[in-house]
Amino acid sequence: MAERTAPQVEDADSTAKGVSEETSSSTPSVGAQAEDALHAGPIALETRGLSLYYGAFRALADINMKLPARRIMAIIGPSGCGKSSLLRCFNRMNELIPETRLEGQILFRGEDLYATDVDPTEVRHLIGMVFQKPNPFPKSIYDNVAFGPQIHGFSGSLDELVERSLTQAALWDEVKDRLKKSALELSGGQQQRLCIARALAVGPEVILMDEPASALDPLATLKIEDLMQELAENYTIVIVTHNMQQAARVSHFTAFMTTEGGGEPGRLVEVDSRDVIFTTPKDQRTQDYITGRYG
Amino acid sequence: MTRRGFDAELQALQDDLLILGSMVEKAIVKSIDSLKRRDFALAQKVIEEDLLVNHKRYEMEETCLRLLATQQPMASDLRTIVAVLHITVDLERMGDYAEGIAKVSIMIGDEPLIKPLIDIPRMSELALGMLRGSLDAFIERDVEAAKKVCLDDDMVDALHEQVYRELLTYMLQDAKTINQATYLTWVAHNLERIADRSTNICERVLFAATGKMEEIGASKY
Repeated sequence: MAERTAPQVEDADSTAKGVSEETSSSTPSVGAQAEDALHAGPIALETRGLSLYYGAFRALADINMKLPARRIMAIIGPSGCGKSSLLRCFNRMNELIPETRLEGQILFRGEDLYATDVDPTEVRHLIGMVFQKPNPFPKSIYDNVAFGPQIHGFSGSLDELVERSLTQAALWDEVKDRLKKSALELSGGQQQRLCIARALAVGPEVILMDEPASALDPLATLKIEDLMQELAENYTIVIVTHNMQQAARVSHFTAFMTTEGGGEPGRLVEVDSRDVIFTTPKDQRTQDYITGRYG
Repeated sequence: MTRRGFDAELQALQDDLLILGSMVEKAIVKSIDSLKRRDFALAQKVIEEDLLVNHKRYEMEETCLRLLATQQPMASDLRTIVAVLHITVDLERMGDYAEGIAKVSIMIGDEPLIKPLIDIPRMSELALGMLRGSLDAFIERDVEAAKKVCLDDDMVDALHEQVYRELLTYMLQDAKTINQATYLTWVAHNLERIADRSTNICERVLFAATGKMEEIGASKY
Protein backbone atom coordinates (compact mmCIF):
# COMPACT_ATOMS: atom_id res chain seq x y z
CA MET A 1 0.00 0.00 0.00
CA ALA A 2 2.85 2.35 0.79
CA GLU A 3 4.33 2.11 -2.66
CA ARG A 4 2.99 4.79 -4.96
CA THR A 5 3.07 3.88 -8.60
CA ALA A 6 1.37 5.23 -11.66
CA PRO A 7 -1.64 3.09 -12.43
CA GLN A 8 -0.72 0.51 -15.08
CA VAL A 9 -3.95 -0.89 -16.27
CA GLU A 10 -5.47 -2.16 -19.45
CA ASP A 11 -8.66 -0.71 -20.77
CA ALA A 12 -11.85 -2.24 -19.52
CA ASP A 13 -14.63 -2.53 -22.03
CA SER A 14 -16.92 0.30 -21.13
CA THR A 15 -19.25 -0.14 -24.04
CA ALA A 16 -21.38 -2.94 -22.70
CA LYS A 17 -24.89 -2.56 -23.98
CA GLY A 18 -28.06 -4.52 -24.16
CA VAL A 19 -30.39 -6.26 -21.86
CA SER A 20 -29.45 -9.17 -19.71
CA GLU A 21 -31.49 -11.56 -17.69
CA GLU A 22 -34.02 -10.31 -15.20
CA THR A 23 -32.89 -10.22 -11.63
CA SER A 24 -34.73 -10.19 -8.38
CA SER A 25 -35.67 -6.72 -7.23
CA SER A 26 -34.53 -7.47 -3.72
CA THR A 27 -30.90 -8.07 -4.63
CA PRO A 28 -28.55 -5.66 -6.33
CA SER A 29 -28.67 -6.25 -10.03
CA VAL A 30 -25.56 -6.42 -12.14
CA GLY A 31 -26.33 -6.98 -15.82
CA ALA A 32 -24.53 -9.91 -17.44
CA GLN A 33 -22.84 -7.72 -20.03
CA ALA A 34 -21.86 -5.13 -17.46
CA GLU A 35 -20.52 -8.02 -15.43
CA ASP A 36 -18.33 -8.89 -18.42
CA ALA A 37 -17.18 -5.30 -18.66
CA LEU A 38 -16.53 -5.15 -14.94
CA HIS A 39 -14.28 -8.16 -15.30
CA ALA A 40 -12.67 -7.17 -18.58
CA GLY A 41 -10.06 -4.94 -16.98
CA PRO A 42 -8.47 -4.44 -13.62
CA ILE A 43 -10.61 -3.46 -10.67
CA ALA A 44 -9.49 -0.40 -8.73
CA LEU A 45 -11.87 -0.72 -5.79
CA GLU A 46 -14.20 -3.43 -4.61
CA THR A 47 -16.61 -3.56 -1.71
CA ARG A 48 -17.61 -6.87 -0.15
CA GLY A 49 -20.57 -6.98 2.17
CA LEU A 50 -19.89 -3.41 3.21
CA SER A 51 -22.00 -1.99 6.01
CA LEU A 52 -21.36 1.32 7.74
CA TYR A 53 -22.59 2.40 11.16
CA TYR A 54 -22.66 5.85 12.70
CA GLY A 55 -23.06 4.80 16.34
CA ALA A 56 -26.17 2.61 16.40
CA PHE A 57 -27.41 3.89 13.05
CA ARG A 58 -26.72 1.63 10.12
CA ALA A 59 -26.08 4.00 7.21
CA LEU A 60 -25.09 1.45 4.58
CA ALA A 61 -26.06 -2.20 4.29
CA ASP A 62 -24.33 -4.99 2.42
CA ILE A 63 -22.85 -3.04 -0.46
CA ASN A 64 -21.16 -5.26 -3.03
CA MET A 65 -19.70 -3.53 -6.03
CA LYS A 66 -16.64 -3.39 -8.23
CA LEU A 67 -15.19 -0.22 -9.65
CA PRO A 68 -13.11 -0.79 -12.80
CA ALA A 69 -9.81 1.06 -13.00
CA ARG A 70 -9.55 4.14 -15.18
CA ARG A 71 -13.28 4.38 -15.60
CA ILE A 72 -15.83 6.80 -14.21
CA MET A 73 -18.37 5.28 -11.82
CA ALA A 74 -21.29 7.55 -11.00
CA ILE A 75 -23.28 6.86 -7.84
CA ILE A 76 -26.80 8.23 -7.98
CA GLY A 77 -29.76 8.01 -5.64
CA PRO A 78 -32.11 10.10 -3.52
CA SER A 79 -30.94 12.23 -0.62
CA GLY A 80 -30.04 10.20 2.44
CA CYS A 81 -29.40 6.96 0.54
CA GLY A 82 -25.77 6.85 1.65
CA LYS A 83 -24.00 7.85 -1.56
CA SER A 84 -21.63 10.28 0.12
CA SER A 85 -21.13 7.92 3.06
CA LEU A 86 -20.06 5.21 0.64
CA LEU A 87 -17.75 7.64 -1.14
CA ARG A 88 -16.11 8.59 2.15
CA CYS A 89 -15.55 4.91 2.95
CA PHE A 90 -13.34 4.68 -0.14
CA ASN A 91 -10.65 6.87 1.36
CA ARG A 92 -11.35 6.26 5.05
CA MET A 93 -12.74 9.76 5.53
CA ASN A 94 -15.57 8.35 7.65
CA GLU A 95 -13.03 7.49 10.32
CA LEU A 96 -12.82 11.20 11.05
CA ILE A 97 -16.41 10.99 12.31
CA PRO A 98 -16.61 9.64 15.89
CA GLU A 99 -18.28 6.27 16.54
CA THR A 100 -18.06 5.20 12.93
CA ARG A 101 -17.86 1.47 12.41
CA LEU A 102 -17.44 -0.53 9.24
CA GLU A 103 -18.29 -4.14 8.50
CA GLY A 104 -17.24 -6.06 5.43
CA GLN A 105 -14.31 -5.17 3.25
CA ILE A 106 -13.08 -2.60 0.78
CA LEU A 107 -10.31 -3.83 -1.47
CA PHE A 108 -8.01 -1.38 -3.18
CA ARG A 109 -5.80 -3.03 -5.81
CA GLY A 110 -6.91 -6.29 -4.21
CA GLU A 111 -5.70 -5.37 -0.72
CA ASP A 112 -7.85 -4.63 2.32
CA LEU A 113 -8.03 -0.85 2.61
CA TYR A 114 -8.86 -1.11 6.30
CA ALA A 115 -6.15 -3.60 7.31
CA THR A 116 -4.41 -2.62 10.53
CA ASP A 117 -1.09 -1.98 8.81
CA VAL A 118 -2.56 0.47 6.32
CA ASP A 119 -1.90 4.14 7.02
CA PRO A 120 -5.11 6.18 6.47
CA THR A 121 -3.04 9.22 5.45
CA GLU A 122 -1.39 7.19 2.72
CA VAL A 123 -4.81 5.97 1.62
CA ARG A 124 -5.91 9.59 1.19
CA HIS A 125 -2.92 10.30 -1.08
CA LEU A 126 -3.76 7.40 -3.33
CA ILE A 127 -7.48 8.00 -3.18
CA GLY A 128 -8.02 11.74 -3.30
CA MET A 129 -11.24 13.64 -2.83
CA VAL A 130 -12.85 16.70 -4.34
CA PHE A 131 -15.74 18.20 -2.41
CA GLN A 132 -19.02 19.82 -3.33
CA LYS A 133 -17.87 23.35 -2.57
CA PRO A 134 -14.43 24.37 -3.77
CA ASN A 135 -12.24 24.70 -0.68
CA PRO A 136 -8.90 26.18 -1.69
CA PHE A 137 -6.48 27.09 1.07
CA PRO A 138 -6.17 30.84 1.69
CA LYS A 139 -2.82 30.74 -0.03
CA SER A 140 -1.48 31.44 -3.51
CA ILE A 141 -2.52 29.30 -6.46
CA TYR A 142 0.99 27.87 -6.55
CA ASP A 143 1.06 27.04 -2.85
CA ASN A 144 -2.33 25.37 -2.99
CA VAL A 145 -0.91 22.79 -5.39
CA ALA A 146 2.57 22.60 -3.84
CA PHE A 147 1.43 22.31 -0.24
CA GLY A 148 0.51 18.62 -0.19
CA PRO A 149 3.62 17.33 -1.94
CA GLN A 150 5.81 19.59 0.23
CA ILE A 151 4.53 18.32 3.55
CA HIS A 152 4.90 14.76 2.29
CA GLY A 153 8.54 15.31 1.48
CA PHE A 154 8.35 15.64 -2.29
CA SER A 155 11.92 15.91 -3.53
CA GLY A 156 11.55 16.68 -7.26
CA SER A 157 10.94 19.98 -9.00
CA LEU A 158 7.96 21.65 -7.39
CA ASP A 159 7.61 24.06 -10.31
CA GLU A 160 7.26 21.16 -12.73
CA LEU A 161 4.83 19.36 -10.44
CA VAL A 162 2.66 22.46 -10.07
CA GLU A 163 2.63 23.06 -13.82
CA ARG A 164 1.86 19.40 -14.56
CA SER A 165 -0.95 19.24 -12.01
CA LEU A 166 -2.51 22.51 -13.16
CA THR A 167 -2.23 21.39 -16.78
CA GLN A 168 -3.90 18.07 -15.97
CA ALA A 169 -6.66 20.00 -14.25
CA ALA A 170 -7.09 22.17 -17.38
CA LEU A 171 -6.27 25.29 -15.41
CA TRP A 172 -2.65 26.07 -16.31
CA ASP A 173 -3.36 28.39 -19.24
CA GLU A 174 -5.76 30.45 -17.15
CA VAL A 175 -3.47 30.92 -14.16
CA LYS A 176 0.13 30.56 -15.38
CA ASP A 177 0.69 34.34 -15.24
CA ARG A 178 -0.67 34.78 -11.73
CA LEU A 179 0.52 31.77 -9.79
CA LYS A 180 1.40 33.88 -6.78
CA LYS A 181 -2.04 35.46 -6.56
CA SER A 182 -4.48 34.26 -3.93
CA ALA A 183 -6.50 31.19 -4.92
CA LEU A 184 -9.53 32.91 -3.43
CA GLU A 185 -9.49 35.39 -6.35
CA LEU A 186 -10.35 32.60 -8.79
CA SER A 187 -13.90 31.95 -9.98
CA GLY A 188 -15.83 29.04 -8.46
CA GLY A 189 -15.16 26.81 -11.44
CA GLN A 190 -11.46 27.68 -11.42
CA GLN A 191 -11.28 27.05 -7.67
CA GLN A 192 -12.81 23.61 -8.17
CA ARG A 193 -10.26 22.79 -10.88
CA LEU A 194 -7.55 24.05 -8.52
CA CYS A 195 -8.82 21.60 -5.91
CA ILE A 196 -8.60 18.85 -8.52
CA ALA A 197 -5.04 19.95 -9.35
CA ARG A 198 -4.28 19.86 -5.62
CA ALA A 199 -5.59 16.30 -5.40
CA LEU A 200 -3.59 15.28 -8.48
CA ALA A 201 -0.35 16.76 -7.13
CA VAL A 202 0.05 14.07 -4.47
CA GLY A 203 -0.12 11.27 -7.06
CA PRO A 204 -3.44 9.55 -6.53
CA GLU A 205 -4.81 6.60 -8.45
CA VAL A 206 -8.43 7.23 -7.60
CA ILE A 207 -10.26 10.54 -7.38
CA LEU A 208 -13.50 10.69 -5.43
CA MET A 209 -15.82 13.54 -6.34
CA ASP A 210 -18.73 14.47 -4.12
CA GLU A 211 -21.12 16.63 -6.15
CA PRO A 212 -18.12 18.43 -7.68
CA ALA A 213 -20.16 20.69 -9.92
CA SER A 214 -23.26 21.38 -7.87
CA ALA A 215 -22.02 24.82 -6.82
CA LEU A 216 -20.92 25.78 -10.33
CA ASP A 217 -22.63 27.46 -13.27
CA PRO A 218 -23.41 25.40 -16.42
CA LEU A 219 -20.25 26.40 -18.31
CA ALA A 220 -17.96 25.70 -15.35
CA THR A 221 -19.83 22.41 -14.89
CA LEU A 222 -19.14 21.38 -18.49
CA LYS A 223 -15.44 22.17 -18.01
CA ILE A 224 -15.33 19.91 -14.96
CA GLU A 225 -17.13 17.18 -16.91
CA ASP A 226 -14.68 17.46 -19.82
CA LEU A 227 -11.85 17.34 -17.34
CA MET A 228 -13.26 14.17 -15.78
CA GLN A 229 -13.26 12.49 -19.18
CA GLU A 230 -9.61 13.41 -19.70
CA LEU A 231 -8.61 12.33 -16.21
CA ALA A 232 -10.31 8.96 -16.67
CA GLU A 233 -7.53 8.05 -19.10
CA ASN A 234 -5.18 7.83 -16.13
CA TYR A 235 -7.30 7.79 -13.00
CA THR A 236 -10.26 5.94 -11.60
CA ILE A 237 -13.01 8.41 -10.84
CA VAL A 238 -15.97 7.92 -8.55
CA ILE A 239 -18.55 10.69 -8.65
CA VAL A 240 -21.55 11.16 -6.43
CA THR A 241 -24.12 13.35 -8.11
CA HIS A 242 -27.74 14.36 -7.77
CA ASN A 243 -27.68 15.46 -11.37
CA MET A 244 -28.77 12.44 -13.39
CA GLN A 245 -28.00 14.12 -16.69
CA GLN A 246 -24.48 14.65 -15.42
CA ALA A 247 -24.17 10.97 -14.49
CA ALA A 248 -25.52 10.07 -17.93
CA ARG A 249 -23.08 12.42 -19.65
CA VAL A 250 -19.88 11.50 -17.86
CA SER A 251 -19.98 8.01 -16.40
CA HIS A 252 -18.96 4.68 -17.88
CA PHE A 253 -20.78 2.78 -15.13
CA THR A 254 -23.61 3.94 -12.93
CA ALA A 255 -24.70 2.63 -9.55
CA PHE A 256 -28.14 3.38 -8.14
CA MET A 257 -28.59 3.39 -4.37
CA THR A 258 -31.70 3.93 -2.35
CA THR A 259 -33.14 3.56 1.11
CA GLU A 260 -36.52 2.26 2.15
CA GLY A 261 -37.18 5.28 4.32
CA GLY A 262 -35.96 7.30 7.29
CA GLY A 263 -33.81 5.23 9.62
CA GLU A 264 -33.29 2.50 7.03
CA PRO A 265 -29.79 1.93 5.64
CA GLY A 266 -28.76 2.80 2.12
CA ARG A 267 -28.54 -0.15 -0.23
CA LEU A 268 -27.15 -0.68 -3.69
CA VAL A 269 -30.04 -1.47 -6.02
CA GLU A 270 -28.38 -1.80 -9.38
CA VAL A 271 -25.01 -1.23 -10.98
CA ASP A 272 -24.50 -1.53 -14.69
CA SER A 273 -23.04 0.20 -17.71
CA ARG A 274 -24.27 3.77 -18.02
CA ASP A 275 -26.13 2.92 -21.23
CA VAL A 276 -28.14 0.16 -19.59
CA ILE A 277 -29.00 2.15 -16.47
CA PHE A 278 -30.33 5.12 -18.45
CA THR A 279 -32.14 3.24 -21.20
CA THR A 280 -33.15 -0.18 -19.90
CA PRO A 281 -32.66 -0.42 -16.13
CA LYS A 282 -33.67 -3.77 -14.71
CA ASP A 283 -34.99 -2.78 -11.32
CA GLN A 284 -38.30 -0.91 -11.11
CA ARG A 285 -36.88 1.32 -8.37
CA THR A 286 -34.09 2.46 -10.69
CA GLN A 287 -36.62 3.03 -13.46
CA ASP A 288 -38.82 5.10 -11.12
CA TYR A 289 -35.90 7.18 -9.89
CA ILE A 290 -34.34 8.02 -13.23
CA THR A 291 -37.69 8.84 -14.81
CA GLY A 292 -38.50 11.18 -11.95
CA ARG A 293 -41.30 9.11 -10.47
CA TYR A 294 -39.57 8.25 -7.25
CA GLY A 295 -41.56 8.58 -4.07
CA MET B 1 -43.38 20.93 -16.14
CA THR B 2 -44.08 18.50 -13.33
CA ARG B 3 -43.82 14.74 -13.79
CA ARG B 4 -47.59 14.63 -13.78
CA GLY B 5 -47.56 17.14 -16.62
CA PHE B 6 -44.95 15.08 -18.43
CA ASP B 7 -47.02 11.93 -17.98
CA ALA B 8 -50.00 13.75 -19.50
CA GLU B 9 -47.84 14.89 -22.44
CA LEU B 10 -46.60 11.34 -23.01
CA GLN B 11 -50.18 10.09 -22.96
CA ALA B 12 -51.26 12.82 -25.38
CA LEU B 13 -48.38 11.90 -27.68
CA GLN B 14 -49.58 8.31 -27.83
CA ASP B 15 -53.16 9.46 -28.36
CA ASP B 16 -51.88 11.52 -31.29
CA LEU B 17 -50.17 8.43 -32.63
CA LEU B 18 -53.53 6.67 -32.74
CA ILE B 19 -55.08 9.70 -34.45
CA LEU B 20 -52.32 9.69 -37.08
CA GLY B 21 -52.78 5.93 -37.47
CA SER B 22 -56.50 6.42 -37.98
CA MET B 23 -55.89 9.14 -40.62
CA VAL B 24 -53.58 6.78 -42.51
CA GLU B 25 -56.01 3.89 -42.17
CA LYS B 26 -58.78 5.99 -43.70
CA ALA B 27 -56.47 7.08 -46.51
CA ILE B 28 -55.71 3.44 -47.37
CA VAL B 29 -59.39 2.45 -47.27
CA LYS B 30 -60.38 5.39 -49.44
CA SER B 31 -57.59 4.84 -51.95
CA ILE B 32 -58.61 1.22 -52.54
CA ASP B 33 -62.29 2.24 -52.67
CA SER B 34 -61.46 4.87 -55.27
CA LEU B 35 -59.78 2.18 -57.34
CA LYS B 36 -62.60 -0.32 -56.95
CA ARG B 37 -65.39 2.20 -57.59
CA ARG B 38 -63.46 4.28 -60.13
CA ASP B 39 -64.18 7.28 -57.93
CA PHE B 40 -61.74 9.99 -59.00
CA ALA B 41 -63.14 12.57 -56.59
CA LEU B 42 -62.42 10.23 -53.71
CA ALA B 43 -58.91 9.61 -55.08
CA GLN B 44 -58.35 13.36 -55.31
CA LYS B 45 -59.52 13.69 -51.69
CA VAL B 46 -56.93 11.12 -50.54
CA ILE B 47 -54.21 13.11 -52.34
CA GLU B 48 -55.32 16.36 -50.71
CA GLU B 49 -55.71 14.84 -47.26
CA ASP B 50 -52.17 13.47 -47.37
CA LEU B 51 -51.06 17.02 -46.56
CA LEU B 52 -52.92 16.70 -43.26
CA VAL B 53 -51.11 13.42 -42.53
CA ASN B 54 -47.77 15.10 -43.24
CA HIS B 55 -48.71 18.04 -41.07
CA LYS B 56 -49.72 15.79 -38.18
CA ARG B 57 -46.42 13.89 -38.44
CA TYR B 58 -44.35 17.10 -38.25
CA GLU B 59 -46.46 18.36 -35.36
CA MET B 60 -45.75 15.12 -33.48
CA GLU B 61 -42.06 15.31 -34.29
CA GLU B 62 -41.96 18.79 -32.82
CA THR B 63 -43.65 17.52 -29.66
CA CYS B 64 -41.09 14.70 -29.39
CA LEU B 65 -38.19 17.13 -29.84
CA ARG B 66 -39.62 19.49 -27.25
CA LEU B 67 -40.06 16.69 -24.73
CA LEU B 68 -36.53 15.42 -25.39
CA ALA B 69 -35.09 18.90 -24.98
CA THR B 70 -37.05 19.98 -21.96
CA GLN B 71 -37.69 16.80 -19.99
CA GLN B 72 -34.47 14.81 -20.53
CA PRO B 73 -36.49 11.59 -20.50
CA MET B 74 -34.81 8.39 -19.40
CA ALA B 75 -35.43 4.65 -19.66
CA SER B 76 -38.98 3.70 -20.74
CA ASP B 77 -39.96 7.36 -21.25
CA LEU B 78 -37.00 7.86 -23.57
CA ARG B 79 -37.79 4.65 -25.44
CA THR B 80 -41.42 5.68 -25.85
CA ILE B 81 -40.54 9.03 -27.39
CA VAL B 82 -37.88 7.58 -29.69
CA ALA B 83 -40.29 4.82 -30.74
CA VAL B 84 -43.03 7.38 -31.47
CA LEU B 85 -40.56 9.38 -33.59
CA HIS B 86 -39.87 6.29 -35.69
CA ILE B 87 -43.50 5.22 -35.91
CA THR B 88 -44.65 8.64 -37.13
CA VAL B 89 -42.19 8.29 -40.03
CA ASP B 90 -43.60 4.85 -40.85
CA LEU B 91 -47.18 6.10 -40.66
CA GLU B 92 -46.49 9.15 -42.78
CA ARG B 93 -44.88 6.91 -45.38
CA MET B 94 -47.91 4.61 -45.36
CA GLY B 95 -49.98 7.72 -46.07
CA ASP B 96 -47.74 8.34 -49.09
CA TYR B 97 -48.38 4.80 -50.31
CA ALA B 98 -52.13 5.40 -50.03
CA GLU B 99 -51.68 8.65 -51.95
CA GLY B 100 -49.74 6.66 -54.59
CA ILE B 101 -52.66 4.23 -54.95
CA ALA B 102 -55.04 7.18 -55.32
CA LYS B 103 -52.81 8.61 -58.06
CA VAL B 104 -52.83 5.26 -59.87
CA SER B 105 -56.60 5.26 -59.63
CA ILE B 106 -56.67 8.63 -61.41
CA MET B 107 -54.04 7.56 -63.95
CA ILE B 108 -56.07 4.50 -64.97
CA GLY B 109 -58.89 6.92 -65.67
CA ASP B 110 -62.11 5.78 -67.33
CA GLU B 111 -60.50 2.71 -68.81
CA PRO B 112 -62.31 -0.45 -67.63
CA LEU B 113 -60.28 -2.61 -65.25
CA ILE B 114 -58.55 -5.51 -67.00
CA LYS B 115 -59.56 -7.87 -64.20
CA PRO B 116 -61.87 -7.90 -61.21
CA LEU B 117 -60.08 -6.69 -58.09
CA ILE B 118 -60.00 -9.64 -55.67
CA ASP B 119 -56.52 -10.14 -54.29
CA ILE B 120 -55.70 -6.43 -54.07
CA PRO B 121 -58.63 -5.76 -51.68
CA ARG B 122 -57.54 -8.87 -49.74
CA MET B 123 -54.04 -7.47 -49.46
CA SER B 124 -55.55 -4.17 -48.35
CA GLU B 125 -57.62 -5.83 -45.62
CA LEU B 126 -54.60 -7.73 -44.33
CA ALA B 127 -52.37 -4.64 -44.40
CA LEU B 128 -55.02 -2.60 -42.59
CA GLY B 129 -55.33 -5.32 -39.96
CA MET B 130 -51.58 -5.26 -39.48
CA LEU B 131 -51.60 -1.47 -39.14
CA ARG B 132 -54.32 -1.57 -36.47
CA GLY B 133 -52.74 -4.54 -34.70
CA SER B 134 -49.29 -2.97 -34.60
CA LEU B 135 -50.58 0.27 -33.07
CA ASP B 136 -52.69 -1.61 -30.52
CA ALA B 137 -49.62 -3.66 -29.59
CA PHE B 138 -47.63 -0.46 -29.20
CA ILE B 139 -50.15 1.16 -26.89
CA GLU B 140 -50.25 -2.03 -24.79
CA ARG B 141 -46.47 -2.64 -25.14
CA ASP B 142 -47.54 -6.19 -26.00
CA VAL B 143 -44.54 -7.89 -27.63
CA GLU B 144 -46.37 -11.17 -28.23
CA ALA B 145 -49.22 -9.38 -30.02
CA ALA B 146 -46.65 -7.51 -32.12
CA LYS B 147 -44.99 -10.77 -33.14
CA LYS B 148 -48.38 -12.20 -34.08
CA VAL B 149 -49.13 -9.20 -36.29
CA CYS B 150 -45.88 -9.79 -38.18
CA LEU B 151 -47.00 -13.31 -39.12
CA ASP B 152 -49.57 -11.77 -41.50
CA ASP B 153 -46.77 -10.18 -43.49
CA ASP B 154 -46.05 -13.55 -45.09
CA MET B 155 -49.65 -13.72 -46.35
CA VAL B 156 -49.38 -10.22 -47.78
CA ASP B 157 -46.12 -11.16 -49.49
CA ALA B 158 -47.71 -14.30 -50.94
CA LEU B 159 -50.67 -12.32 -52.28
CA HIS B 160 -48.31 -9.75 -53.73
CA GLU B 161 -46.49 -12.45 -55.61
CA GLN B 162 -49.79 -13.93 -56.81
CA VAL B 163 -51.05 -10.56 -58.07
CA TYR B 164 -47.74 -9.86 -59.76
CA ARG B 165 -47.72 -13.20 -61.60
CA GLU B 166 -51.34 -12.84 -62.63
CA LEU B 167 -50.73 -9.36 -64.02
CA LEU B 168 -47.65 -10.60 -65.87
CA THR B 169 -49.84 -13.22 -67.50
CA TYR B 170 -52.27 -10.51 -68.63
CA MET B 171 -49.38 -8.53 -70.07
CA LEU B 172 -47.99 -11.54 -71.91
CA GLN B 173 -51.38 -12.40 -73.35
CA ASP B 174 -52.32 -8.89 -74.47
CA ALA B 175 -49.80 -6.05 -74.82
CA LYS B 176 -52.62 -3.51 -74.58
CA THR B 177 -52.99 -4.37 -70.89
CA ILE B 178 -49.36 -3.56 -70.08
CA ASN B 179 -50.07 0.02 -69.05
CA GLN B 180 -52.87 -0.74 -66.61
CA ALA B 181 -51.31 -3.98 -65.41
CA THR B 182 -48.14 -2.07 -64.54
CA TYR B 183 -50.20 0.46 -62.59
CA LEU B 184 -51.89 -2.36 -60.69
CA THR B 185 -48.52 -3.94 -59.81
CA TRP B 186 -47.66 -0.56 -58.26
CA VAL B 187 -50.82 -0.75 -56.17
CA ALA B 188 -49.93 -4.26 -54.98
CA HIS B 189 -46.38 -3.10 -54.27
CA ASN B 190 -47.66 -0.16 -52.20
CA LEU B 191 -49.88 -2.45 -50.14
CA GLU B 192 -46.98 -4.81 -49.59
CA ARG B 193 -44.90 -1.87 -48.38
CA ILE B 194 -47.68 -0.75 -46.03
CA ALA B 195 -47.61 -4.22 -44.45
CA ASP B 196 -43.82 -4.00 -44.13
CA ARG B 197 -44.10 -0.63 -42.40
CA SER B 198 -46.47 -2.24 -39.91
CA THR B 199 -43.77 -4.79 -39.08
CA ASN B 200 -41.45 -1.81 -38.45
CA ILE B 201 -43.98 -0.56 -35.91
CA CYS B 202 -44.03 -4.00 -34.32
CA GLU B 203 -40.25 -3.83 -33.95
CA ARG B 204 -40.73 -0.53 -32.13
CA VAL B 205 -43.13 -2.29 -29.75
CA LEU B 206 -40.29 -4.64 -28.84
CA PHE B 207 -37.94 -1.67 -28.44
CA ALA B 208 -40.34 0.38 -26.30
CA ALA B 209 -41.11 -2.59 -24.08
CA THR B 210 -37.62 -4.05 -23.67
CA GLY B 211 -35.01 -1.81 -25.28
CA LYS B 212 -34.13 -4.57 -27.75
CA MET B 213 -33.62 -3.60 -31.37
CA GLU B 214 -34.34 -6.66 -33.50
CA GLU B 215 -36.01 -7.41 -36.78
CA ILE B 216 -39.22 -9.38 -36.36
CA GLY B 217 -39.93 -11.56 -39.38
CA ALA B 218 -37.91 -10.12 -42.28
CA SER B 219 -40.04 -9.45 -45.35
CA LYS B 220 -39.46 -11.39 -48.53
CA TYR B 221 -39.33 -8.12 -50.47
